[in-house]
Amino acid sequence: MTSPEPAPTPTTTATLPIEGMTCASCANFVQRALTKTPGVRTASVNYATEKATVEFDPAAVSPAGLRAAVEGAGYGVGPEPAAPPAQSGGAAQPAAEAADTTDARKAAAYAALRRRFWVAAALTAVVMPLSMLAMTDWAMARVPMAALNWLLLVLTLPVLLYSGRSFFVAAWKTFRHRTATMDTLVAVGTGAAFLYSLLATVAPGWLTRRGVPADVYYDTTATIITLILLGKLLEARAKARTGEAIKKLVGLGAKTARVVRPDGSEVEVAIGQLQIGDEVAVRPGEKIATDGVVLTGASAVNEAMLTGESLPVEKSAGDEVFGATLNTTGALRFRVTKVGADTLLASIVRLVEDAQGSRAPIQRLADRVSGIFVPVVVVIAVLAFVAWFDLSPAGQRLPMALQAFVAVLIIACPCALGLATPTAIMVGTGRAAARGILIRSAESLERAYAVNTVLLDKTGTLTKGEPAVTDFSPLPGQDGAHLLALAAAVERHSEHPLAQAVVRYAEATATPRLDAAVADFQAHTGRGAGATVAGQAVLIGSERLLTEAGVTIPPAVRAATDRLRADARTVLLLAVDGQPVGVFGVADVVRDSSAEAVARLHQMGLDVVMLPGDNATTAAAIARQVGITRTFADALPADKAGKVAELQAEGRIVAMVGDGLNDAPALARADVGLAVGTGTDVAAEAAGITLLRGEVGGVAEAIDLSRRTMRVIRQNLFFAFIYNALGIPIAAGVLYPVTGWLLSPMIAAAAMALSSVSVLTNSLRLRGNA
Amino acid sequence: MDLTQWLVTIGGLALAGAVLWYFFAPVAGEGASVGRAAPVAAGAPQSVDVVVEGGYSPATIALAAGQPTRLNFTRQEDSDCSAELLIPDFHIRRELPAFQTTTIELPAAPAGTYPFTCGMGMLKGRLVVT
Repeated sequence: MTSPEPAPTPTTTATLPIEGMTCASCANFVQRALTKTPGVRTASVNYATEKATVEFDPAAVSPAGLRAAVEGAGYGVGPEPAAPPAQSGGAAQPAAEAADTTDARKAAAYAALRRRFWVAAALTAVVMPLSMLAMTDWAMARVPMAALNWLLLVLTLPVLLYSGRSFFVAAWKTFRHRTATMDTLVAVGTGAAFLYSLLATVAPGWLTRRGVPADVYYDTTATIITLILLGKLLEARAKARTGEAIKKLVGLGAKTARVVRPDGSEVEVAIGQLQIGDEVAVRPGEKIATDGVVLTGASAVNEAMLTGESLPVEKSAGDEVFGATLNTTGALRFRVTKVGADTLLASIVRLVEDAQGSRAPIQRLADRVSGIFVPVVVVIAVLAFVAWFDLSPAGQRLPMALQAFVAVLIIACPCALGLATPTAIMVGTGRAAARGILIRSAESLERAYAVNTVLLDKTGTLTKGEPAVTDFSPLPGQDGAHLLALAAAVERHSEHPLAQAVVRYAEATATPRLDAAVADFQAHTGRGAGATVAGQAVLIGSERLLTEAGVTIPPAVRAATDRLRADARTVLLLAVDGQPVGVFGVADVVRDSSAEAVARLHQMGLDVVMLPGDNATTAAAIARQVGITRTFADALPADKAGKVAELQAEGRIVAMVGDGLNDAPALARADVGLAVGTGTDVAAEAAGITLLRGEVGGVAEAIDLSRRTMRVIRQNLFFAFIYNALGIPIAAGVLYPVTGWLLSPMIAAAAMALSSVSVLTNSLRLRGNA
Repeated sequence: MDLTQWLVTIGGLALAGAVLWYFFAPVAGEGASVGRAAPVAAGAPQSVDVVVEGGYSPATIALAAGQPTRLNFTRQEDSDCSAELLIPDFHIRRELPAFQTTTIELPAAPAGTYPFTCGMGMLKGRLVVT
């Protein structure tokens, strides 16, 4: 496999599979042979992976020359492995395929684990009753103990060597690395019980001569392995579900796209072959293949899978569409603007993976404990053995000591500790992503938990973000419908948002269209527009526009405009043939859901404060409508970060909700920044949380989810610490002098198997609704 | 206490001490197991192979600052303990499929020591960027 490096130097890097290496010094030998070859700049040979990585000048030496050098040293070069999937192009696609093969491999591993469990369980089901039978007086009188012990040994061996083999192999491997894991505990615990039993079976006389009872513990050995395998089985099942959300996201991507050729024909191509600039056709009911801009057509697109917004979004020429969303009613053609790793879907997946890989500060103690956990438990087990050996009555000292030793090793569960935080974070961030809430890291989640004040930037979050006509009053004696038709005819030619509001209002009231009769359209920048419509001179715009055109404003009109301004409306005046005839009031309207969302934030015990933006009166009116009681009266848009600091100085923990690009300083200053974005600015670095749905309802949901996730983490950590803190001393027998309790290693195994499953199950609760 | 008890006590305490020493004492001659990335042209990714089998070999990986890195983790076992790899400073939590090589790409990093561990922080390694 040769792949040209994008480096400025003309070298090539090749990876060669090397055959015939039997030890690490072989690797050194091959490496030296390659390095000495003229044209080779560097070579490194890895004995473990059996691969040589060679950087060479292709002008001076060919891959065949490298092969010759390896063969000259007495080794072989194997067949080249298949090239890995290309990095460029449809990254979501190879990712989905990789996920498929990983799934297959996991399924195989799970099947193997299940087989090991069933073998162990079946044999344990025989060993257990036989061992109990052996303890009855009836059996002791009739069955030769030695023969029974040999039978139990034969039945237990497969449990140990087949079902339990991996514990011993893994324990040995980690031991050589001077580390110890869960496998170490299981291997030492079951190994000790088994070896003692083996001795009692093979040489019972040797033990009894020394006053030690030749008891066997095959049932203990077999039961522990069976129960721990059962725990692993349940754990594997639950764990697979913690990553479901992201798997679902990866699987959302389209597999093919219908590309429109220059001659107008449509061809279906694999998603990986799609290029930026391609024109793609989407039929009703089809998935949109990748991100792009609509060229022609109109349709409603369901974006719920990415944004959590349940209502379909209307799309027409010029609008952005996103890969993996679902086209519902109409046909669309769009120009591809992003492919592969640059798409919104890929950024979401990356962001969620990144968050799931981050560590929560709350986890630090658990991390520090689990790093030293296993060796410390081994020491405790050894000390428990010594204590019981020294303190028990002579005939009982070895069995008692052994029981405590094994029980301590088996009950200790580092896994519960290690799983407590990451599994909750995986489920929590995954659940959030499915609702259009992207959490940047575990730390943002942890900080959102503590928030007690939400600072809202009005625009966009509370209002629809587009002005609408709220009032239209024709002067007495005027025909309102006709005036509206005149106004709309002029404004249809203007791009201004206020003009668009008038047009929408006219259309909503089914006003007749006078478009054909429009002549001499003129836009007066910042003031309004004018035209001749059906022979009448129409002017629409600010008071200044009319005054400049020589129109006198009568007192009745002035009274109407003053009233509207007091209600935080923007005022448009309409004049026909030099006479004022009507007044429009325009305002940014509040979303229907805003009041409900603010009420929910209040209910959650959060204070909601609003930044007024550029118009204090408008802000106050909106605040009244949604039920916000505190607004900053005088904040300039540039001073948002200062207002965040002001609230923090009051001792508040502040979540700032704003626009990802314009409010970056304030978002960064806040304890948690929530960026409200629609796709493109997903990667807004300043925000800890990005809401893909542009409404304040997402804020309440994000904070609520953070709180629930943190609650689950705390429960998990508390449980894991308490479990080990109580379980280990009880297994060591500290309660024995008081209550006479000495934990059976078999009970310890059951407790241990259940503890990590409990933690996982608790984390999985986060998948559901509150 | 009889002789056996004395022997068990002394042996047990010695064993406990040995366990603590074996797992926690700083490892002498650690430099011997340092993996070093082959030098590459500026801007090109440096690449290191790591074997995962009861631990990481090499456990210490020397890297050059300011260059992107490719770490090829080959997991030679199916013990659950090494199934996940964490590189917390880079926000990486990755599953390492058994008996397979998983390549992890890291962006260029400033000089410093960045630990990597298994999913539960028991197996340890570190990236030393200079």
